[in-house]
Amino acid sequence: MHEIGMTIVEWIIGLLVLGGALLGALSAFGLLRLPDVYTRSHAATKSTTLGVMSILLGAFLYFVAYDNYVSAKLLLGIVFVLITAPVAGHLIGRAAYKSGAPLSDRTVQDDLKHAPHTDTQLREHTDGQLPHERERQRE
Amino acid sequence: MKTNDVILQSAAKLVVFVILTFSAYLFLSGHHEPGGGFIGGLMSAAALVLLALAYDLDTIRSVLPVNYRIVTATGLLLAILTGAGSFLFDRPFLSHAFDYFTLPLLGKTELATAVLFDLGVYLAVVGVTMTIILSIGEDR
Repeated sequence: MHEIGMTIVEWIIGLLVLGGALLGALSAFGLLRLPDVYTRSHAATKSTTLGVMSILLGAFLYFVAYDNYVSAKLLLGIVFVLITAPVAGHLIGRAAYKSGAPLSDRTVQDDLKHAPHTDTQLREHTDGQLPHERERQRE
Repeated sequence: MKTNDVILQSAAKLVVFVILTFSAYLFLSGHHEPGGGFIGGLMSAAALVLLALAYDLDTIRSVLPVNYRIVTATGLLLAILTGAGSFLFDRPFLSHAFDYFTLPLLGKTELATAVLFDLGVYLAVVGVTMTIILSIGEDR
């Protein structure tokens, strides 16, 4: 009974850690393959967040099962990554949009173009283009 | 230009408490586990810097009206005084002592004078880091 339980726990830990590592690798491929900043940050934030969280959960279960040690630090780390990583992705994406990072060629619609409080005034003065977009066209 | 930082500010409000709790944990656990005054102080300063990033320096100053130069001085004074305190017991400078006490909530606890020295290090690190960052951030 006890040995079967340990085997199951071993499998769960292994799957969590390997799955997390796989998700990290997937997000690295996403960073390489996707066309613009926004899709890349989409790949980088979501899958690494889940990957890191499942690796941490695997480590937590390992310490519980083998050392009888409940690590509050690892639980706190899981919650911390869950809160902060999406906010970091949001901030990077917003900073990229505000500084006028180009969208991919396949973009159909840009909802933020006429949104209030983005850069409407700046864009109006320059015929809907940010200064450096205009410079890029001039070149 | 009017900025809209609701997401950053609400996340910072939550996260600052996690960071401050963890820095207090690091400070207190320095005797038996990795941690201590230095990284505890750096993490507290990091929490304050996160607040300064999410809001602005004036808000931080009104929330925490602390002169960080005085914090640094207090830390150094505390470290020197714990070192000099050993003279009272006819021991060389910086000899530390510890003993076991029975506290009301915690039970049998080991209290060491090294923690007071560590508190001095903690205050000095927080004070120096915040002085550097606030004085760099002011000149815009």
